[in-house]
Amino acid sequence: MRLSLFLLIFINGSCIGQTAVTDASGREIRPPAKVERVYAAGPPASLLVFAIAPDKLTGWTRAMRPNEAEFFPQRYANLPELGRLTGRGNTANVEVVLNAKTDLIVDVGSTGPTLASLASQVQEQTRIPYALFDGRIESTPATLRSLGKLMGNAAEAEKLAAWYERELADVRQRLSRAKEHPVVYYGRSASGLQTGGKGSINVEALEVLGARNAAAEARPGLVTVSFEQVLLWNPEVILTTDQNFWSSVWADPRWRAVRAVELKRVYLSPHLPFGWFDFPPGANRLLGLWWAGKLLYPQAFDVELRAKVSEFHRLFYRRVPTAAQLDALLGEPGVLPK
Amino acid sequence: MRNERTLNTRALTYLLAAGALVALTALAFAVGRYPVSIAEILSLMASKVTGSATTLPPNVETVVMQVRGPRVLAALVVGAALAAAGTAYQGMFRNPLVSPDILGVSTGAALGAVLAIFFSQGILVIQLFAFAGGLAAVGLVYWIGSRLRGHDPLLALVLTGVVIGTLLGSVIALLKYLADPYNQLPAITYWLLGSLAAIAPRDLGAAAPLALAGLAPMLLLRWRMNLLALPDDEARALGVDTRKLRTLVVAAATLMTAAAVAVSGIIGWVGLLIPHAARLLVGPDFGRLLPLAMLLGAAFLLGVDTLCRTVATIEVPPGVLTALIGTPFFLWLFALARRSW
Repeated sequence: MRLSLFLLIFINGSCIGQTAVTDASGREIRPPAKVERVYAAGPPASLLVFAIAPDKLTGWTRAMRPNEAEFFPQRYANLPELGRLTGRGNTANVEVVLNAKTDLIVDVGSTGPTLASLASQVQEQTRIPYALFDGRIESTPATLRSLGKLMGNAAEAEKLAAWYERELADVRQRLSRAKEHPVVYYGRSASGLQTGGKGSINVEALEVLGARNAAAEARPGLVTVSFEQVLLWNPEVILTTDQNFWSSVWADPRWRAVRAVELKRVYLSPHLPFGWFDFPPGANRLLGLWWAGKLLYPQAFDVELRAKVSEFHRLFYRRVPTAAQLDALLGEPGVLPK
Repeated sequence: MRNERTLNTRALTYLLAAGALVALTALAFAVGRYPVSIAEILSLMASKVTGSATTLPPNVETVVMQVRGPRVLAALVVGAALAAAGTAYQGMFRNPLVSPDILGVSTGAALGAVLAIFFSQGILVIQLFAFAGGLAAVGLVYWIGSRLRGHDPLLALVLTGVVIGTLLGSVIALLKYLADPYNQLPAITYWLLGSLAAIAPRDLGAAAPLALAGLAPMLLLRWRMNLLALPDDEARALGVDTRKLRTLVVAAATLMTAAAVAVSGIIGWVGLLIPHAARLLVGPDFGRLLPLAMLLGAAFLLGVDTLCRTVATIEVPPGVLTALIGTPFFLWLFALARRSW
């Protein structure tokens, strides 16, 4: 009698684990009874799987470099390199994924038909469920919840999702208090002449922040513009992810004619262990919202950035950064105004 | 009588090409994304000549002197250099399908630049690596090619160039594969597409003297260059050390191409087809061909780059337009000409 009750609970339990979840590409994903090992196909997915249940992540898409590893608990930083599976350039071998005894494959980012068909194909080949989720900043809470359900960690995921939602709500509430919206140019690459047009994932943080993207008239995606065009836009603020560009801008007579350089409002986004502003295009960009928010709307964003960074790291990277690490992150020349 | 007429048509060809180049240069200075009026440009030039102060907005001077001016001049230098190197190679290799990259200079430069991007270096280092990579690749090809005895020396050189070029290409492919897909990979792709968007006065100051240094021996030896088209023994019978001359031509063409590619990235078409266009107009004599090829190359790349920077908010890669505009133009010229190759 008692035994059958046990069995009943056990069977029920496994049935709960098998609830199907519809992923962002509209495919119905039925996870196995127990998900123990999850392969994340790209960095944005790694980050979320790690945040929800670090022990279920089978490896990183690329081995961590020492300066990245120091932000994570050591045993997780040492997880093996498995390569990326979709997106721009596959480096993973499907056999490696199989060999890693994977129960579930997850990708977070674009959910277009190309990726959806690739996911279906790999799923058929490997018989491992392959779920795609939306990687946009504002979809992150929903992505966390769906992912948590699939992984059998709904409670942990819910905690993170609710926290992320509160942060986004706080950002939005502060934005409503911001009076002036400066024209911002996002300069990538060593020349600073690559930028993202309106709707481009590279400038999503700017769009969430309601900033006026100088290059809004360009087509979505990464584009190259001429220097004359930048001068014509004459942005008040320049944000960049390229250290070489940031340091070369001050002595270059061309750039010195741009208002942002004249006003000394050219800022360099921190990039460790994951970039804050642009790439990888994942949940990590929440820190970019606080950082750029503070730079663009200093009055409305009177937040303690150190506390924001610590809290995000504690929840998503599972390690509170040391004072020295925070100093290094925020004290790098160009990250904050002098 | 007949000779006189051909001489006149030839002079007219040069004059027309030079005239077109001057007109295009003037036009290129006058147009761009940043509006600068012709009056402003003239008044700026007047003030530069007389040394008097201007009342122009400071941005006008920045655009003309720092941005548009260097870019226009760089287009001229790169176009002329690629066309000159292509002309020299097509003559020397006795092969109309040869372009300046035949000995691996562009692939070597590309590998240098890709390495520098891979290691997150700034523009200056990327350019230096590209320049050094171009020289090193050709040096390697030449060294190996001249050691392969028992073959036609030109064939050995071309084959070594093709093989080493493929090898370097696969190293580039490996680096692209290993590069960070969000950041470095787009930067590498954009470099390989070629662009004059990031030209600064400094780039021009570095590339122009190097290109001139490569041009000088070609101009000085323009009469002997024709002998390179002859079989080795015949040339030798005429008292020309073909091996030495060939080394010099390869060194000169490599220097010009490497300097051009280092600042512009890879721009195809110009070095392959402009020499043909020039040959259709004035025939195969190197002394006549070289100046016309340079005029046409400079004008063509300037025209293309002017479109690249004006037609849209975003830049159009010149490699796209060179073929799009160049192909119909070339076919038209080819249909028109009745001249033997």
